[in-house]
Amino acid sequence: MIFVVTLMMTVAMAMMLARLLRGPELYDRVLAVNSFGTKTVLFLCLFSFLIDRPDGIDIAILYSLMNFIGTIAVLKFFRYRSLDIALAQMALRRAVSGDHE
Amino acid sequence: MIEWGPVLELLRHGTAGAFMLVGAIFMLIGSSGVLRLPDFYTRIHAAGITDTLATVLLLAGMMIEAGFTQTSAKLALVGIFLFLTSPTATHAVANAAHKAGLKPRLGTVEPPHPRDVDINEKKG
Amino acid sequence: MGYIATLALMLAALWLTLSGYFHNQLLLSLGGLSVVITVALALRMRILDDEAAPYYRAPRLLAYSVWLMVEIIKANLIVAKTILRPNMVLTPRMVRIKTLPASGFGRALFANSITLTPGTVSVDLDDDEVIVHAILKEMTNKNDFAEMARRCAWAAGEKADGEEEVSA
Repeated sequence: MIFVVTLMMTVAMAMMLARLLRGPELYDRVLAVNSFGTKTVLFLCLFSFLIDRPDGIDIAILYSLMNFIGTIAVLKFFRYRSLDIALAQMALRRAVSGDHE
Repeated sequence: MIEWGPVLELLRHGTAGAFMLVGAIFMLIGSSGVLRLPDFYTRIHAAGITDTLATVLLLAGMMIEAGFTQTSAKLALVGIFLFLTSPTATHAVANAAHKAGLKPRLGTVEPPHPRDVDINEKKG
Repeated sequence: MGYIATLALMLAALWLTLSGYFHNQLLLSLGGLSVVITVALALRMRILDDEAAPYYRAPRLLAYSVWLMVEIIKANLIVAKTILRPNMVLTPRMVRIKTLPASGFGRALFANSITLTPGTVSVDLDDDEVIVHAILKEMTNKNDFAEMARRCAWAAGEKADGEEEVSA
């Protein structure tokens, strides 16, 4: 049963990759990557059941946190074209200049 | 005299399998939605299915399968992390698209029937 | 003091969950040491406050999350049905929601709850409104959002008449 479910997860991940390749907007791709990451976490959990080594779930926990940070980092980069800037600083600068976009 | 131990064990595995199977089916529904829906803002909702119900069902199935062990606790931790981060990530993507000026399609939208998709794409 | 105790307890539980060592004395003491160091760092950074360890909100938040779970399942079924129909008919809407919980915590909870419920996504947040994108026009019912906002305010520990509770 777990094997079948893992196979279905792989199909779902392939669908996400198709959306990632087709785009068309940057945000579609970010959404696809983020969703793909969530599926990867679950896939890792299922896979560690499949090979009967529960240590794999630790990796899944790590991946779930890194996936979130990665998504936010990509979005930040494409908004400010730089990672070398603190978000709080940007908010402050906007507030000072009275620019609410 | 019936031995109840193996029966209960079988029942547990069956419940776990059913949970995981339904979760995987929802996962496929959500993924097909991400492929089929017409624009970015509607695709978020399809991705939302995979992030919420499918995740919960899959993790619940795995927790039933693992029983009352450390593995179960770790799986619960995965679930908590996913539930804390996924709405924030989704909001961040939607907000970035909105701030960048991506316009949603509003009103009534009727995407083509699956059997017409190829024809329409050839025309376009 | 309550915050320190909560954080230390949560960290200890996290350490035990992740490591699974209950009998090795050396490892347990090292785990205890790392908990102490983390709490000390959190104190030094002055981030140990109401938002970092909201222990007195836990019962209400739990009650709220049960209600939210039911709502999420309902919304999931509706959206799944919509996606599975071969002749899909979508009625996407962007709406502004003005009735918000008063406190910052309540608002964050409200926006996150909207996003967690499939079919509605909070697109933009402001001081006095949330812009929400919904995939079906049935999901933009004002009363439903007001209901959710009321429950979020309750879970965040606000008073029923909308006045923010003064927390010591």
